[in-house]
Amino acid sequence: MIQVLFFAQLRELLDCDSIELPAQAVHVAGDLVPVLVTARPHWAEVLQSKPWLVSVNQTMAKSTTGVNDGDEVALFPPVTGG
Amino acid sequence: MMERDALQDLVQVQRDDFSVAEHYQRLQQAAGNTGAVVFFVGTVRAESETDPVLALELEHYPAMTEKSLRSLVVEARSRWSLDAITIVHRVGKLAVGQQIVLVAVSSRHRDEAFLSARFLMDTLKTQAPFWKKEHRRSGAYWVAAREQDDAAVAEWRQGNR
Repeated sequence: MIQVLFFAQLRELLDCDSIELPAQAVHVAGDLVPVLVTARPHWAEVLQSKPWLVSVNQTMAKSTTGVNDGDEVALFPPVTGG
Repeated sequence: MMERDALQDLVQVQRDDFSVAEHYQRLQQAAGNTGAVVFFVGTVRAESETDPVLALELEHYPAMTEKSLRSLVVEARSRWSLDAITIVHRVGKLAVGQQIVLVAVSSRHRDEAFLSARFLMDTLKTQAPFWKKEHRRSGAYWVAAREQDDAAVAEWRQGNR
């Protein structure tokens, strides 16, 4: 399984802070949004409304970054710290 | 890149306020006989007179935050010759005027200290997983990322700064 975490505005919009996805569905970080939309069709509008950032195992990822069974993936808005 | 997370560096994410004086002392002790110390402190702005910010709420991704800050420290050390680095970032609810972030660098010379402090703040703003929510009189709003912050990091990465 792959643990998917949501943060900040995205967590509020989805009203969900984490879900699990079967590992075989997600090969790279770019698969995440389409797989989530298939699993939760009512999330489509929010998930496709903005280019959310993705991290894989607590490191910023590109759409081509590989995702493996047991990984922790997170989806969130552009960061605004500092 | 050389993986160096030197003992004299300090990366901390905390709810409590921090003391600039105490961090200055720690940095000086950690660095030994250094020549230049630069401190940057970010504080909560009111932003607007008609609909002022009453408080700022900072959320983060705990498992990732310190890891990402430490990788910025490693990158700063690979670019400049630095004696000691401190990054402290607060989370939770902060009132207007309160301290949010501290970036402090000591080096033998001021150029390295100024440049690396600027680099750490610029990259922290677009790489570290913090999110700000403003509580205003009219309601609560997530702060949008600023394009010029991304542009600043692109300049560092392209070697223009």
